[in-house]
Amino acid sequence: MCVKQVPDTTEVKIDEKTNTLIREGVPSILNPFDQFALEEAIRVKKVSESKIPHSFIAQQGHNFLCDKKENDEIVVVSMGPSQTRNALMKCLALGADKAVLLSDRVFAGSDTFATSYTLALGIRKIGEFDIIFCGQQAIDGDTAQVGPELANNLGIPQVTYVEKVEKIEGRKLVAYSQTDEGYRITEAKMPVLLTGTPPTSFEPKNPPIRSIMTAKKKPFVVWCANDLKGEKGRYGLNGSPTQVIKVYPPPVREKGVMITDTPEIASKKLVGMLVENKIIK
Amino acid sequence: MVLININEKCTGCSRCLKACPFDAIKIINKKAVIGEECTLCSACVQVCEFNAIEIKRKETKEIDFSQYRDVWVFVEIKDNKIRKVTFELLGKAKELADELKQDVCAVILGSNVKKTCPELFAYGADKIYLAEDSALKEYYTDTYSSVIVGMILKYNPNIVIYPATRIGRDMAPRIASTLKLGLTADCTGLSIKDGLLLQSRPAFGGNIMADIVCPMTRPQMATIRPNVMKKPEPDYNRNGRIVEVPVKINQEGLRVVVKEIIKTTISGAKSIDESDIIVSGGRGVGSKENFKIIEELANVLNAAIGASRAAVDLGWRPKTCQVGQSGTTVSPKIYVACGISGAIQHLVGMKGSEVIIAINKDREAQIFTVADYGIVGDLHKVVPLLTEELKKELKKAE
Repeated sequence: MCVKQVPDTTEVKIDEKTNTLIREGVPSILNPFDQFALEEAIRVKKVSESKIPHSFIAQQGHNFLCDKKENDEIVVVSMGPSQTRNALMKCLALGADKAVLLSDRVFAGSDTFATSYTLALGIRKIGEFDIIFCGQQAIDGDTAQVGPELANNLGIPQVTYVEKVEKIEGRKLVAYSQTDEGYRITEAKMPVLLTGTPPTSFEPKNPPIRSIMTAKKKPFVVWCANDLKGEKGRYGLNGSPTQVIKVYPPPVREKGVMITDTPEIASKKLVGMLVENKIIK
Repeated sequence: MVLININEKCTGCSRCLKACPFDAIKIINKKAVIGEECTLCSACVQVCEFNAIEIKRKETKEIDFSQYRDVWVFVEIKDNKIRKVTFELLGKAKELADELKQDVCAVILGSNVKKTCPELFAYGADKIYLAEDSALKEYYTDTYSSVIVGMILKYNPNIVIYPATRIGRDMAPRIASTLKLGLTADCTGLSIKDGLLLQSRPAFGGNIMADIVCPMTRPQMATIRPNVMKKPEPDYNRNGRIVEVPVKINQEGLRVVVKEIIKTTISGAKSIDESDIIVSGGRGVGSKENFKIIEELANVLNAAIGASRAAVDLGWRPKTCQVGQSGTTVSPKIYVACGISGAIQHLVGMKGSEVIIAINKDREAQIFTVADYGIVGDLHKVVPLLTEELKKELKKAE
């Protein structure tokens, strides 16, 4: 399970003088897409561990079937500065079993290409896996690229925009994912990487205090670049083919016209203005 | 120089043979042998479980970029038709190619898609790379990305642009990762600066813009948001060259198989990521039945119908209509928000629209902060009246 700690983008503003982001006072949160993917991973694990016969699970409306399995572990991985520990602790409190933080100064400035390279090294070091869950995208960059690039680095297939894992049978997984026209149900060979995008009904939950306490007892490791044994030139800024050369505020929208008349007058006024400004013809 | 090599770890398991989209691998004496057809697309490296296939890539720094020419556009097909975003991308590609004095090339994959070629020429393509195979009828990450990787390696484009649709965003990162290239997501602006592709995109929830270049790698690649670039006027007198790229895909090798496709879109309805005008409804609409007034307004404007997360959540509209961060990001010419309060996740998904009109009874609603025209009032009264006024006005114009 790969996650990212992101600034709450609803709170980010730009300093008009220096053209830099004002990150002060902006809270860092677990990327909401990642939280969804994690909760889905936990659901999958719970069902696969349960001793309840399959048919019963189906009746309970879980709508999920899979072979009984024990000792599955959810390892949550993130690359980022040491503060990323907070997001990982939340993942542990939500139900992940173990956390791995890839943290090193040389990772700084990674674009999606360098990030996926580094994450792949970390995941390989952790060991064998069946499913890699990622959030569809992070709310700060919105690129949706790390998941597919990571899958490619690991040499495994991917299913993106997954809303639900329907079932697991042997080494195959069935996923329900969003498309431009609705949904598609795909069967993928494991190991596979899934990027999760929440259904509208999803509300990220906060872990209960008790879970926050038990999370502190769960394994938490930090690896630096030396632990990963990758190529030095492929980390961070040096390993990033994309270069940001300028950051600036988006064009400012002119203040709009507010119409507060009665509905009859307001609708006439609006159409009048739309015609006058050649917005409709 | 041999760039692809099979080492002693090969067991002759033939997984690579099935994965190869170019039919370039044979098993001889229980060992894989790579033929001349190989494009170094690395589909085989992906499936090899024994690390037996090695591809040596030249260090990019040593490469003289002059061999990388032309601006490529990935053509997205939906229901046997070219998606509108493709034309927008061709228009932009023409601008870039003219400045670089290079050609615009359309890249089209599919089954029985050759018939679309005249249209691609009309919208600006000088050359078309065509890969046809019955196995390419349905989009699959592995097959599509492997075929395009092969084409890029063979023909060395300077720039490749993809639509930032669900397909483009699924496939392009895979290609970038295989070829060790940069990729800029969801661009809203492209231009040429000092010979490089200058890619502009919003980040941090639209709070900032970033300009990005990829100076050390070729091709330069980006995904472009639909509805941002202008669709050019077609010229059906234009013609060009079609390069047919042979592919042979073994469907047994597919790692992901589509079992079922469920369409929730209402047939005949316009899709929100392709329409010039969108009329959206939110919680304020009140019920599924009440969406009728939104539909009527949309009809008059020939618009697509969108919805806020709340309206989708309540089951009033399908998920495909959802505008916003966890739905679709749209940037139409006109966006009409009816009864939408304007949660930040919604604003992020629509504030790139050219003109925003908001109707809401709450004067303090967030939606008014981005609106060019705001009506404070009950949408149940305002929307039908607005529909009538527009009907009159548009009739006059005829």
